[in-house]
Amino acid sequence: MPGRDLSEPMTTSAAAKKRRPKYLNLPAILFEIRLPLPARVSILHRISGLLLVFPMTAWLLYMLDASLASERGFEQVRGYYLQLPLVKLALIVFAWSFFHHFCAGIRFLLLDLDKGIELRAARASAAAVLVVSLLLTAVFAVALW
Amino acid sequence: MVNRIITGAHYGLRDWLAQRVTAAIMAVYSVIIAIVLLSGQPINYAVWRDLFAQGWMRVATLLFAASLAWHAWVGMRDILMDYIKPTALRLGLEILTVLLLAGYLAWAVQILWR
Repeated sequence: MPGRDLSEPMTTSAAAKKRRPKYLNLPAILFEIRLPLPARVSILHRISGLLLVFPMTAWLLYMLDASLASERGFEQVRGYYLQLPLVKLALIVFAWSFFHHFCAGIRFLLLDLDKGIELRAARASAAAVLVVSLLLTAVFAVALW
Repeated sequence: MVNRIITGAHYGLRDWLAQRVTAAIMAVYSVIIAIVLLSGQPINYAVWRDLFAQGWMRVATLLFAASLAWHAWVGMRDILMDYIKPTALRLGLEILTVLLLAGYLAWAVQILWR
């Protein structure tokens, strides 16, 4: 606020508010706050969703386009492009993003229907989402390699 | 009593519901595609092309693409509203998101009906 001496508190409650510690910065969220599992699933839902929007959807459309354009394009994608180690690695990242977003999404739909909203059930389902999506990603990776 | 400040057209219920309906559509499509790809014959070009030449597959895939665009718009807007505070930057990123998603949808149409 311009023109006001900031060292002089307006009221005691405002001063108390000012001294409250704030942990809403990234290092604190990553290393200081021990987030409960449902919070981790939620933030990973956002991260995986962002990854799926960009670049994964663009990438998949590019491959779908090439593979449907001609037989040569199809063989290029399957026989050469998808065999590249870096491409396989990126596919595994896509698989995790998809499986996590899928599983966490089903969980959120059930929570919206008031299924499993008690603390114990919510934590258990959050753990299940993390485990199942990692297992599915592992199965995908094994099948790919 | 809730004192609402009447600005804007709606309060997000439509977005919330649309995000969930489109999620369900995409989930069903994903499961069906996984079953089709895993249970059928080995995929070669002819199988792949014939799959996407069928009417139901084109319509279902277009429905998926439209669902994705709407779903991702709601999700991206949530993310941008939460983390990007400067209005000009947020508006710019929202416009970029709309262009990106509209581009995806147009690209999907072009791939499906070429």
